[in-house]
Amino acid sequence: MGLTYILRRLLTMIPVFLLVVTLVFFMIRFAPGGPFSAEKKVPAQVLKNLEAKYHMDEPLIQQYFRYLRDLSRFDLGPSFKHSNRTVNEIIAEAFPVSMELGLISLCWALLIGISAGGLAALKPNTFYDYIPMSLSILGICLPTFVVGPVMVLIFGLWLNWLPVAGWNSWQDRLLPSLTLGFAYAAYISRLTRGGFMEIRHQDFIRTARAKGLTETQILLKHSLRGGILPVVSYLGPALAGIITGALVTETIFNIPGLGRFFIESALNRDYTVVMGTSLLYFTLIFVCNFLVDIFYVLLDPRVKYE
Amino acid sequence: MSFGSWRLTLCTVSTLLFLSVSTLIPLSTAESAVPQVLNLGNGGEPKDLDPHTVTGVPEFHIIMNIFEGLVSKDPKNLEPIPGVAEKWKVSKDGKTYTFFLRKNAKWSQGDPVTASDFIYSWIRLLKPETASEYAYQGFYIKNGKAFNEGKLTDPNQLGLKAIDSSTLEVQLENPTPFFLSLLFHHSLYPVHKATIEKFGARWTRPENFVGNGAFTLKKWEVNRVITVAPNPFYWDKETVKLSEANFFPIDKHETEEKMFRAKSLHTVDDLPLEKLPLWQKDTTGVFKNHPYLGTYYYWFNCTKAPLNNKKVRQALTLAIDRDRIVRLVTRGGQVPATMFTPPGTGGFKPESRLPKDGSQIQKAKQLLAEAGFPNGKGLPSLEILYNTSDNHKKIAEAIQQMWRENLGISSSLFNQEWKVFLDNQQTKNYMIARAGWIADYNDPNTFLDMFVTNGGNNHSGYSNSSYDELIESAKKERNPKKRFAIFQKAEDILLEDLPVLPIYVYSRNYLLSNEVQGWHPNIEDIHPLKYISIVKK
Repeated sequence: MGLTYILRRLLTMIPVFLLVVTLVFFMIRFAPGGPFSAEKKVPAQVLKNLEAKYHMDEPLIQQYFRYLRDLSRFDLGPSFKHSNRTVNEIIAEAFPVSMELGLISLCWALLIGISAGGLAALKPNTFYDYIPMSLSILGICLPTFVVGPVMVLIFGLWLNWLPVAGWNSWQDRLLPSLTLGFAYAAYISRLTRGGFMEIRHQDFIRTARAKGLTETQILLKHSLRGGILPVVSYLGPALAGIITGALVTETIFNIPGLGRFFIESALNRDYTVVMGTSLLYFTLIFVCNFLVDIFYVLLDPRVKYE
Repeated sequence: MSFGSWRLTLCTVSTLLFLSVSTLIPLSTAESAVPQVLNLGNGGEPKDLDPHTVTGVPEFHIIMNIFEGLVSKDPKNLEPIPGVAEKWKVSKDGKTYTFFLRKNAKWSQGDPVTASDFIYSWIRLLKPETASEYAYQGFYIKNGKAFNEGKLTDPNQLGLKAIDSSTLEVQLENPTPFFLSLLFHHSLYPVHKATIEKFGARWTRPENFVGNGAFTLKKWEVNRVITVAPNPFYWDKETVKLSEANFFPIDKHETEEKMFRAKSLHTVDDLPLEKLPLWQKDTTGVFKNHPYLGTYYYWFNCTKAPLNNKKVRQALTLAIDRDRIVRLVTRGGQVPATMFTPPGTGGFKPESRLPKDGSQIQKAKQLLAEAGFPNGKGLPSLEILYNTSDNHKKIAEAIQQMWRENLGISSSLFNQEWKVFLDNQQTKNYMIARAGWIADYNDPNTFLDMFVTNGGNNHSGYSNSSYDELIESAKKERNPKKRFAIFQKAEDILLEDLPVLPIYVYSRNYLLSNEVQGWHPNIEDIHPLKYISIVKK
C-alpha cells in the first residue's frame, strides 16, 4: 500500500474538516433563539452583559475567526450551559464513556454476530440457519428504544438481577451494551452468513478440500479470512455509528456519555459544545473509515490502493 | 461425539453466551443498618452551582442545601425562620432591614460568615460582569437596578452597610413586604470571596468549593451524580441526620421511575404522564400529589386582530371547560384556573372570576356575536402555537375542539422546537401561544407584575394604566390586608381584559419512599435535606 495514498487521504481531510467547521458554525448561529433565551426573559441589560462575557457582541465573522484561532490551539472554548467547564473538559469526561460503551457493544455484536452467522452458513437451510437468521431480522427491526426498556423490565425489575440505569459498576455495563450491540449483531450475522456462503463455493476452498484439509482447518485458514471481509468493511461505519449513535441508549440507561451532550447542546444552543461534539464525531467517522480501508488491504490481497 | 456436532455445540454455546452471562450474575442486595444516604432523581444536569448565575430548579434543589441565606424557611409552613441571621428588625417605614448574624455561622472551611460576606455577594450579584440572570432579585435593594445597568459604578451607593462584622443593614427602594421570603432565593445567598477570587469560574468544583449550608459539595461527576455531605462547621449540625445525599441527573422520567421501582432512588423528580393513572391507584403511600405555585395558560397577542378585540378574548376564555381538561387530558390532579394567581400564593386567595366548567358558553356565544362574529362567522382561523411536546399538544387539541363545538370557531395548531418557540413568543410573532409561569418567590407579585405595560415577561402587548398603577401601589403598601385587596383589584382587571387564557394551576406528581422522614409536601416544593432522615420500613 502506497504511503502516498495514506498521505493523500489525510490531506483531503483538511479542507473537508474546514468545511464542516464553517457549516456547523454558521448553521447553529442562524438557528432561531440563542443560548440565553429562556421562558423567563432575561432583561436587556443582563443579556448584554452575558453576550459581552462570551464575546457574542462581536460581529459574527470575527467570532468565526476567533473560533478558528482557538481551534488551531485545540481550545474548544467554554461551554455556555455548563459554565464552570470547558468543552475540552466535557469531551475528556464524556467521550471515554461513549467509547467504552461503544467498544463493549461492538464486542458483543461481533461475538454474537459472527458466531450466529457462521453457524447459519455452515448448516444453511436448517434449524441452525433459520433460528439465528429470524432472530437477526428481529434485531434489525426492533429499535433500541424498544429493546432497552424491555431488557430493563425483564432483568432489572422482574428478575431484579441487574441495575436499571447508571454507569458505575461492571453490572451497569451489561444491559446498555447488549441493547446497543444487539442491533449491530443482527447486521453482522447476516453479513457473515452472506460472506461465508459466497466463499464456500470458491475454487480455492475446493482446492483446500482436495488437499485433504479438515473442515476446521478450512474454516480457520481459508473461509474465515474471506468470509468476514464484508463484516470488516461494515466495521468502520459500525464503530463510528455505535459511538455517535448511542444517544438513545445513553438516555434510557442514564449513561454520562457524549451523545447526551450532543443533543442537549443543540437544544440549548450551547454553540461551543455543538461545535466540539460535531467536530469530534466528524473526525471519528473519518478515522474509522480510513482504518477500515487500510485493514481491508491486509485481509484481501486483491485490493490495492495507489 | 463427532467433530461436526462438537463444532455445532461450540457455536451454539457462543451464540447464546450473551444471554447466560447476564442471567448468571445476581446483584448483592445486602443492606446494613439503615444507612443515612438519600438518593434523589433531580431532573436535568445542573448548569453550575454558583447561586448568582444559575436559574434552574435542579440547581436550586442542591444549592439550598450547600448555602444558607439570612433567612430560611420552615419546611412545613414555609414561614421565614432564622438562617444565618439570628434575628432581624424592620424600620417603621418598612424600607430598612437590620439583620443580626449569628456568631457561630461558619463557612465549610471554618471561616465565620460575616456581614461583609453578604455585601460582597450582593454586589457580585448586581455587577454587570457577573451577568446574573436573576440580578433583578437585587433590584429591591436601594440603587440595585442602577448599579446593574451600569448607571452607577460605585458599590458604596448601594443600600448595604456592615455596621459591624455581624450586623447588616439593608436599605430598600420600596417597602417590600415579601423581602424576607425573597431572601430564601438562591440569588441572595452569600458566597465565599477568597474562594471565588482564587479559582474564578472553577470555584464550584468539589475540590475548590466553599459554602455555608448544612451540607457541602463532596463529588460532582457530570451527568452521573452530585454528592453532598454534612458541613462539619455548620452552626446547627446537630439537626442534620443524613450522612450523604446523591442527586442523580436523569433526563428521562421513565428511567427515573424504573430506578425508583428498583429501589435505586428514594424520590423521583417527576413522573411520565402515561404512568400517572397507574400510580394514582397506588396504595403504598409513595405517590405524592399536591398543588404547585404555577399557572398554565395561553397568551393572546393583543396587538393583532382579531385578538386585539377584548370581547373575542372573553368569548374564547369563557368557552373552555377547564374541568374537563384537567380530568380527561392532564389527569395529574391539576386545579382548573378560575383566576390567574394560584390560590394560596403568599396567603393570597383570589376570587374565582372564570367558569370552572362549560357553564358560560351561552355568554361566550353572545360576546362573540357582540364582537361582530355571530357563531364564529367572519372570524379568521386562529393559530395556537406551542413548544413541541405531547402534553401541550393534547391540551391544545382539547381547546381547539371546545372552540369548534361551543363557538363554531376553527383553529389550527403549530408546534415548534423550544428555542424557536421562545423567539416567536418574545417577538410577538404568534396569535395564541402556550405559556407557564412558576413563582420566583411566594407572593402574588411574582404572578401579577408580569402584566405591566412593556414588562419584560409580558408577551401579549397588553397595556392598562390602571393595572400598572395598582401593581405600583402594591409595592408600597405594608398592610397585608390592603395589599391583598389591591392584588384582587389587579386580578379583576386582568380577568376582565384577559390578555391571557388561564387553564390550570400546576400540580406536583412524584414518588417518595416511605423510608424518608421529614419531607413535607408543600406548594413551593421545598424540602431542605437538613430535616430529612431515613428509617427502615
